Amino acid sequence: MPEPLIQITDLHKKFDRHNVLSGVNLKINRGESIVVIGQSGCGKSVLLKHLVKLLEPDSGTVVFDGQDISELQGRKLINLRRRYGMLFQSAALFDSLTVAENVGLGLKEERSHSRAEIEAIVNEKLSMVGLSEARDKYPDELSGGMRKRVGLARAIAGDPEVLLYDEPTTGLDPITADMINDLIVELNTGLNVTSVAVTHDMTSAYKIADRIVMLYGGKVEYDGTPEEIKSTSNEIVRQFISGSAVGPIRVG
Amino acid sequence: METGLTTLGRRGVSFISKLGGITLMLAKFIASLKEMHRSIGLIFEQLYVLGVKSLPLIVIISVFVGAVSAWQAAYQFKFIGAPLRYLGQAVGKAVVIELAPVLSAIVFAGRVGAGIAAELGTMRVTEQIDALESMGISPIRYLVMPRVLSCLFMVPFLVVFANFIAIMGGLIVSVVGVDVSSETFLNGFRNSFELGDFINGMIKAAVFGLLIGVVGCYEGFHARGGAQGVGLATTNSVVISSVLILIFNFIFALILFRI
Repeated sequence: MPEPLIQITDLHKKFDRHNVLSGVNLKINRGESIVVIGQSGCGKSVLLKHLVKLLEPDSGTVVFDGQDISELQGRKLINLRRRYGMLFQSAALFDSLTVAENVGLGLKEERSHSRAEIEAIVNEKLSMVGLSEARDKYPDELSGGMRKRVGLARAIAGDPEVLLYDEPTTGLDPITADMINDLIVELNTGLNVTSVAVTHDMTSAYKIADRIVMLYGGKVEYDGTPEEIKSTSNEIVRQFISGSAVGPIRVG
Repeated sequence: METGLTTLGRRGVSFISKLGGITLMLAKFIASLKEMHRSIGLIFEQLYVLGVKSLPLIVIISVFVGAVSAWQAAYQFKFIGAPLRYLGQAVGKAVVIELAPVLSAIVFAGRVGAGIAAELGTMRVTEQIDALESMGISPIRYLVMPRVLSCLFMVPFLVVFANFIAIMGGLIVSVVGVDVSSETFLNGFRNSFELGDFINGMIKAAVFGLLIGVVGCYEGFHARGGAQGVGLATTNSVVISSVLILIFNFIFALILFRI
């Protein structure tokens, strides 16, 4: 059994007095595409942010490639983060920069590429997401779907080993959402990256996941393939994937 | 009574934790200066946006600050029977030592400190700061350092203009409204002018600029919960900066202008 690329052990996190994560355990293997599902506010995005140390756990560990990331500071932390690419829920594009500047910012600040190389990479990544013509536009001139695609181009600009997607299809129409799903699948297979997506969109989850993990009550409630989850007898999972208001999951 | 004490205690803890957070932000800013060479373009951009663009506002308030101080001084002189030939001296001292640095800093806190808190607050709640961090870019070096450094340099720069314009405002009011000749006014100013006062005013202005930048960045970085949180951060930045400016001004008075 190969060593997992990411190993999360007994992760706890609370905000004020509210426990969000209460002992999450999860192993993510190299090249896998994991989708984390769960209700809004169940801690999916919080879990994702722990992977790149945007949040630090109250207790528990996140080990990446054999290294406990809680020990990383300064240059070592920057190097860890550069091995990741992250698509944020709202895309989080920088308002004051054009699309091309957004995509190339990480490379520019890394200072390991010439201006011409950055230009070529930006053009390549924008072409991959079908937005070559929008390179000189500002984020406020783009639709929600276009912003997500620019966010995706920015996330893959540094050719990361791991891609993190925070609600990649939320707020998009079904056609644009499907286009984003196709892009994610293409990136996973084409670039052979490990990916972790959090979503509550089951259509998206079935399409992009090798493995689906459900968070409930601050813990991993279920971990299985898309085929396994469709036939599970777990009442909580069944209620969630069927989108029913009736069942063991309490709403509110 | 117990509820009142609890609230007071909670507010006290919150105030101390905020002061600690602001001090920590200052320490991070100082530490980031070693990477200043990587942000030269951003620094020049902020010098222009925060400083040069504040100049028209500083000019307008300075004219009226000088004008009203000349008018009020003349009114006091009349009341106590002092000769009006000292008007230039009174206005000059008041402007260079107190009015230009303090009022320019408070106006700067309202325009620039609030702007920094609103901009960084919006970046915080829309995850743009998280995005920077996730890309391995230090938000302290990329966002905080250029802004704080610009405030540190631009408040003294603006105070130089404020000094000049306020003296001109005082001169105009003295000549037009109080019937003191420009020669008398300027002689009074020249005779009382001391370089030490001007330098002390500049030192105060630099410290006020530092406070405004650090407080604006701290509040923006700690904005939470959408538009309301950004609004609160903006208000807090102006209130805290203004209070700190006045407290530090008193401390400077005790240290720099010994009686």
